Order: sequence, then C-alpha cells, then structure tokens
Amino acid sequence: MSVLVVAEHDNKNLKSSTLNTISAAEKLSEDIHLLILGNKIEDLAKSSKSIQLVKKVIFCDHEKLENQIPELSSPIISNLAENYSHILAPSSTFGKNLLPRVSAQLDVTQISDIIGIESQDTFIRPIYAGNAISYVQTDQKINLMTVRPTSFEKCEEVGGDAALENITFIDSEVKTTFVSREVSKSDRPELGNARVVVSGGRGLENSDNFKLLYDLADKLNAAVGASRAAVDSGYIGNEYQVGQTGKMVAPELYIAVGISGAIQHLAGMKESKVIVAINKDLEAPIFNIADYGLSSDLFQAIPEIIKELDLLNQIES
Amino acid sequence: MKVLVAVKRVVDYKVQIRVKSDNSGVETQNVKMSVNPPDENAIEEAVKLKEQGLANEIISVSIGDDKSQDVLRTSMAMGIDRSILVKSQNTLEPLAVAKTLKIIIDKEKPDLVLMGKQAIDDDSNQTGQILSALLNWPQGCFISNLKIENNKVFISREIDEGIENLETSLPAVLTCDLRLNTPRFASLPNIMKAKKKPLETIDIDTLGIDTSSKIKTLKVIEPPKRKAGIMVNDVKELVQKLKYEAKVI
Repeated sequence: MSVLVVAEHDNKNLKSSTLNTISAAEKLSEDIHLLILGNKIEDLAKSSKSIQLVKKVIFCDHEKLENQIPELSSPIISNLAENYSHILAPSSTFGKNLLPRVSAQLDVTQISDIIGIESQDTFIRPIYAGNAISYVQTDQKINLMTVRPTSFEKCEEVGGDAALENITFIDSEVKTTFVSREVSKSDRPELGNARVVVSGGRGLENSDNFKLLYDLADKLNAAVGASRAAVDSGYIGNEYQVGQTGKMVAPELYIAVGISGAIQHLAGMKESKVIVAINKDLEAPIFNIADYGLSSDLFQAIPEIIKELDLLNQIES
Repeated sequence: MKVLVAVKRVVDYKVQIRVKSDNSGVETQNVKMSVNPPDENAIEEAVKLKEQGLANEIISVSIGDDKSQDVLRTSMAMGIDRSILVKSQNTLEPLAVAKTLKIIIDKEKPDLVLMGKQAIDDDSNQTGQILSALLNWPQGCFISNLKIENNKVFISREIDEGIENLETSLPAVLTCDLRLNTPRFASLPNIMKAKKKPLETIDIDTLGIDTSSKIKTLKVIEPPKRKAGIMVNDVKELVQKLKYEAKVI
C-alpha cells in the first residue's frame, strides 16, 4: 500500500521536518505520496517532485489554505485517506495541531511522536517525557502517525521525478480567522535542525545577557535554545524552548549554559550526540548527562570560550 | 457562559518514573499523583473567567478510577463549582477520551471547553483537537493568551515559529499551554470547602461508546542511559576536548 506524508511548509519552501518524515515513510512503503496544502504553492509542488523518495506530489492550492487552519485542511486529508495504509505528519506544532482531527474524522486512534518503526504495524514512541520508551502495535485500517523529525535522517531533495496531481479544494465552514503571526527573524540555523545548539537557562538572569549566548552561537554557527525557566522569565521567546512541551532537538553538539537540567528539559535534548554543561552549581542534574561538564561562572566562561574559539580559528587559518 | 474543564490525574511532574520490571508499563502504584500540569492552567483560566464575571458556572470532568476524585477535589479547591467523574477502570486512548467528553458536553452544553495541551504521562497531544473535530467547534491549541469579548474569542497560540494570533467564536475547544497563566495554590479553607462541592459519578459503561484500546502496548522499556561524562577544569580544556576528542567544533 501507499503512504501519504503531509508536508509542513510556509507556502514557499518545505520545512526540513517534512524531509525527515519522508525518510520515516520509506521504512513503510516504496510508494510515498507527498501532500502539500497551501496557497500559491504550484512552484513548491513542482520543485518537490525532485525529492528522491517521493513517487507522487499531490497538491491543493487555495487562498483559504494560506494559514494552515486545521479545520480546513483536515477534511482534505481525510478525503484521501482510503488510498493509504499510513498517513504521516511531522510531530511539530503543525502536525500536532492537524493530524488528531483526521483521527476524529476517520475514527482511528493516532500514534503520536514515533521515534522508530519496527514493522508495518509496530512503532516506537517515547512516553513520560522520554523517560520510558513504548513499543505499540495496531491493526487499524489506517495508521495515523506523527513523526519526531530528529529521529529520522533528512531525505535527499534531488534525484527524483515524482508525478504531480492537483486536487480540488473542498471547502468547510470555519469560524476561525487568522489574525497575525509573530515570528522572530534570525539568520541562525533552525533550532530543530542545527548541527550545534547553544541553550540558556535561568542562570542567564535576564534577556540582555542572552546576547552572550548569541555571540557564542554565531561563533559556532549554532542555533539558540532555552529552558522553560528562561522562556517563562521572559528572557527569550517561546519558539526557543527545548523540552517536553517545547522543541525536541538532537544536534551533534548541545551546549547547556546556566541550565539546571529539569527532567522536562532533558526530554528535549538528551538525544544530542555530545552534551556540554556549564553551570556554577556542581549539584545541577544537567551534569549527570553531560559528556563534558564545566563548573564555572558562565559570565566568565562564555567570553573565554569565544576567545579560545578565535584562537583556534587563527591557528587553522 | 458555562465553562467545562477536562482534567487528568497523572504521575506528579517531579517524580522520577520507573519502568515496571516486567516491561508492561510505568509504575503508578505508590507514587505521588497530581493534576496534569497544563490542565491546572485550564482550571486557573476557567476560575479567572468566573472572577471576571464572564463565566457563571465552571465545571470539571475527569475520566478514571475512584482515585481521580483527588484531582477533581483539587480543581474545586482552586475554584471550580462542581465536578463529574466518569468512572473507568481502563486507561483510555485519546479518541475514546474525546468521545466520552463529547457525551458529557452534549448533556452539559458548555460554551467553552478548556484542557491542557497534552498529558505529561502519555504525551499524545491529541484529545482537544479530536474533541473539536467531533463537536465541529473551533479549535485553538497550545494557547498562551485568551481574551473573550461578547461572543468573540481572541487567542495566541504557541507554535514552533513563535506566536500565532487567531480570532474565533464560542462555543470552542481550547488547549492550554503552561504559559497561559500561573495556577493558584488552593488555600486550606478552600480545600475544606471543596469537600462539600458536588461531585457526580457516571459509569463509563452507561455511555454506550466504544472505549476499547485500538493500540496494544507490546512492551515499555527504559531509554538508553547516557554514559557519565567528565568534568573539565577550565575553558581551555573544554575547547580542546571538543576540538580533538569529540571532534564537534
């Protein structure tokens, strides 16, 4: 049977989470279809044809789909469902907001945030903020799943030649209107996708001090993250939060600065390859999972690290 | 306006959970249980709406065994007027939870349903969305701000890119983020008063819905443990290690 992947995008480009989700789909079927719902997306649909693993790009182009209101997009997905054994979406706020509605419409139970695929009907997912791993099996007619992007590699964006199908928009009565989106602009890499993440916690003390982290992040071409404590304290926006109720990251290098390491934060970053913790409190639980711990005042340590990195760069050049 | 809040009893967020030795699940016997944290935000928001004169009745609903009365009593100590416990011995999947809530909602006819954005045990993050679809009411997920004027509802949603602002109308289903508000602590007098507030019990078998599990848990295991790392003495050593040992910079 075929597998449908619901694309996350901004009407211009696919989000990298879509590429991770396509890789997950590859473990289920060779016949992967990519569904793009949006506004003025014909170019996006055409460019997506080249994704190697995708056999068909299905798109629905309508102005009402501009802002991804799930009440409008979910019936379109449900309407296609009978052709598929599995429907996958990234477990980003996009997928979380959307796919459970399809679950309601198809009357099947969704499996959230899978991190592994054992077989066509058996999946692995974290529970209790990743402190336990559950193996689940289902014999439902359609398997609806959200996929944790960091658990699957990004697929190749080139080399394919998928078919293209334009489907007609099905309108639904919707009482919700989009007002605005407050998106912080940054030249740094995307948090969920960066090779290096530099995260700050309450130890930073205020939003001005986060500039220290931005300087370090820029030296390392890193994304900036934060603990919930730092976001709740207003030091930085919610889109930077790493943890159980924020973003899941798994970079090659995660540098936790002034973060104590609550279970809920660890849930979002403990799959990172190398973890560095910088905290003046030697008792901070973050040190229990860090590969390299430095017990030091971060306000001294961060400028010193920046200086050392500059020195290294000089030696190399 | 009548507000209904859905509340789940979960292992307290501060507890370091243990996987059962037979790998059948997570140990929930003899561990501290509490209101699911974002459900507390939902309770707080309902109480605030009542204090602002926008809501005239606020009720809470939980699904679970007799012990779930605890979290309903907690909600009433925080200010909820009355509670309903739908008694179920089995753990329900989100779809079954939403179907159960829908029956209660059809009977109670609230104008607004509030609940946490996810339960911190199962981490599914589905029930509010499913319920919204089943009721065909507007959906507002992961909200960190709520304003109701006349029949209009203005919400801010926490999304991966930042904040999204939507306008919708009642009735609606809204799921709450932890940043929506700061839940109050129940005072001792209010805890005593809550014991006298009405708590109705309904047996789930009388509702006539399919609540059987569609997903079978084969096993639950502990996640792979990270190896203990080392403490470095200074920044110089840290940078050297990252460069030449870990090779990540």
